[in-house]
Amino acid sequence: MFDIVSFIPRAVMQGIPLMFGCVGETITEKSGNLNLGTAGVMYVGGICGVIGAFLYENSGAEMSTFLTIAIPLLCCILGSALMGLLYCFLTVTLRANQNVTGLAMTTFGIGVGNFFGGSLIKLVNIDVPSVVLTKTSNVFSKTLPFADDLGWFGKIFLNYSFLAYAAIIIAVLASYFLNKTRPGLQLRAVGESPATADAAGIDVIKYKYIATIVGSVIAGLGGLYYVMDYACGVWSNNAFGDRGWLAIALVIFTVWRPSLSIFASIIFGGLYILNVYIPTGTDLAINEIYKMAPYVVTIIVLVITSIRSRKENQPPMSLGLPYFREER
Amino acid sequence: MEKRTPTVKMRDITKRFGSVLANDKVWLDIYRGEVLALLGENGSGKTTLMNMLSGIYRPDEGEIYVDDKLVDIRSPKDAFDLGIGMIHQHFKLVDVLTAAENITLGLKEKYDLKAVAERVREICDKYGFEVDPDQKIYDMSVSQKQTVEIVKVLYRGADILILDEPTAVLTPQETDKLFAVLRNMRNDGKAIVIITHKMHEVEAISDRVAILRHGQFVGDMLTKNTDAQEMTNMMVGHAVTLNIDRPDPVDPKPRIEVKGLTVRSMDGILKLDDVSFTAYSGEILGIAGISGCGQKELLEAIAGLQPTESGSISYINDDGEREELLGKDPLAIADMGVALSFVPEDRLGMGLVGNMDLSQNMMLRSFRRGKSIFTDRKSPKALAETVVEELEVNTPGITTPVRRLSGGNVQKVLVGREISFAPTVLLTAYAVRGLDINSSYTIYDLINRQKQKGVAVVYVGEDLDVLLELADRILVLCGGKVSGIVPGRGATKRNIGMMMTKLGGASE
Repeated sequence: MFDIVSFIPRAVMQGIPLMFGCVGETITEKSGNLNLGTAGVMYVGGICGVIGAFLYENSGAEMSTFLTIAIPLLCCILGSALMGLLYCFLTVTLRANQNVTGLAMTTFGIGVGNFFGGSLIKLVNIDVPSVVLTKTSNVFSKTLPFADDLGWFGKIFLNYSFLAYAAIIIAVLASYFLNKTRPGLQLRAVGESPATADAAGIDVIKYKYIATIVGSVIAGLGGLYYVMDYACGVWSNNAFGDRGWLAIALVIFTVWRPSLSIFASIIFGGLYILNVYIPTGTDLAINEIYKMAPYVVTIIVLVITSIRSRKENQPPMSLGLPYFREER
Repeated sequence: MEKRTPTVKMRDITKRFGSVLANDKVWLDIYRGEVLALLGENGSGKTTLMNMLSGIYRPDEGEIYVDDKLVDIRSPKDAFDLGIGMIHQHFKLVDVLTAAENITLGLKEKYDLKAVAERVREICDKYGFEVDPDQKIYDMSVSQKQTVEIVKVLYRGADILILDEPTAVLTPQETDKLFAVLRNMRNDGKAIVIITHKMHEVEAISDRVAILRHGQFVGDMLTKNTDAQEMTNMMVGHAVTLNIDRPDPVDPKPRIEVKGLTVRSMDGILKLDDVSFTAYSGEILGIAGISGCGQKELLEAIAGLQPTESGSISYINDDGEREELLGKDPLAIADMGVALSFVPEDRLGMGLVGNMDLSQNMMLRSFRRGKSIFTDRKSPKALAETVVEELEVNTPGITTPVRRLSGGNVQKVLVGREISFAPTVLLTAYAVRGLDINSSYTIYDLINRQKQKGVAVVYVGEDLDVLLELADRILVLCGGKVSGIVPGRGATKRNIGMMMTKLGGASE
């Protein structure tokens, strides 16, 4: 009945965009910036990759594997970095309210995505409201060549594209960075108590900028992975859905630990598609109840983590607060 | 004093915050091998001046020379590079990190926590403190945190140390320990600046004293050539008497009767054990004890904020009718005229809302009054103005958020508000914590006026000298038990001190 061998790869593929978003947002939040614009950043990351790939596919040039990957990747990184920069400029330099800025960035990012997505759809002029980038997607979703020869093991562990493995490596590296390196320690200090970090001679503003931009780039890659691999190169407006918000919920779920995000995002991915794998019959209502699963789990975890209030499991202390040295 | 060259020279330093002139053309010299006490009232610009030396603020005008070189200190890092380190009143430590992690924060050295721990131990051995490098900050007591701060500064090789009111949160024993360490450092050739307004500390630790008043430099002199009276006069700007009045109680009647009160903390530790006493109207009952001996729990139990295990607390009104306070909610108790002003270590923690302005904070106590669904804004405003005027609160206006006031001024607002609600019982804890002499005397005076009005005052204090001068009777707590109740007149510091550390002390 329940096909675990086909369920797990789908859960992982569903989880990878969340993993990118969660790790990116964790790094951002460790600097004390609560970037609620992550959903928008992931949208922009996705559409920038799509624009790059679209232009390259339609340039008429002979497509090289390297450029097919490099162009969308670069566009995605550039786009999401700009979003991070914008967020930082507004909240750190101009000291705008972080929550309001983040929400605005989400709306803005989705708007940008839909605007350019819509424009591209008009350009190709086909009946379905989507852009299809099959050639790029074929390169992006290439799995390890020997995956199919290894039976269920290959299907569960090796059946993914390079971006999926990159997500796991980035999560591991982020965890190592935060816990074992000096810049990681100092970044945590900035998010906990910027005044302390400042008094210790750490350039708080620089750390906030770099962490937020790097975090946004990582989150943006989640958008790229979604379009190019998960959605097989098909961009249609609003298809990305609420994954950005789920990524933010995951940050809380993982108590700000990138290493946990590897498992947590796969679990969330699994919950997200659970309704497809559990026979729900024709009753749509039951189907919808299954779709609520990730959010219900988030709420339960929130309740549990706030009861066991270990200091280490709390959000960075200055999360969401602006910092100004001469403020008394 | 022969010819010595100062290691730090500050010249014509001026700093403004908006329209407030915090420092006005201040001159200051700091020498090596010397403890300099920087003395001044709350808001006289001591901390601001030192913040400019440690790179937190930048002076608007003026020059700073370190070892005869003109320097521009733009950030704390610049200050460290010049060997200047400051220990702030509010500790700059990250709670979730360990001592070693906090100490290495911001340094360029190789990231090796074991090596850090090793060097921390060396520093501790050299000057005589104790720090566990692997302990998390949130597990530490206030004095341990302070030690980490000092080690942090020394670790960076600072030889000019600035301590901002280091003793404000320490017990007398911890203070003695700190002073011993400071003397070791001075003898090691370091320059030490200690910001304070406690006279006896100035006399105990400093070699030289510099005095600021309203942001201006008034003068400096060798500590041995001056005395508390002269320093106070310079600090305040006019002659002040250093005696506290103690008018005789008028017609004392039992007001609060506590019998067999027992309180356990949330973790099951016995905080108060079978405490019984009576507080009379028109009398100040002082409560003495080493910090954490149940003072806080006692006051909170009376105010209805602390769950109790057994015992009774009765309130007796003017006609002799009794009413049990236990089991009543705090609001009902407050309505009976029991006022609690508790000044916690961080001052803002309880009683005031930092982001609200003065009159809004006054309203916290009065918003339930009146029938209309609209709140009365006029009387809190008037009250705020009265408090500002009578207690000389230094603030740009009553619409300033409380968080922006200096610590002492915050406290005046809190105490002023509680007293203004004409209580019949005034419970006050650490009312003068961190206050300068002038403001402290204003508060003592206020408390005495309440006493003369027939209010039963319960006064928890840290300074034994003050308790002995102010209180009519002194209840001594020792480990949650009543060690004894003695009349304030005729009690000696030694006697009370003995009772604080041992049940019954030497008196019985």
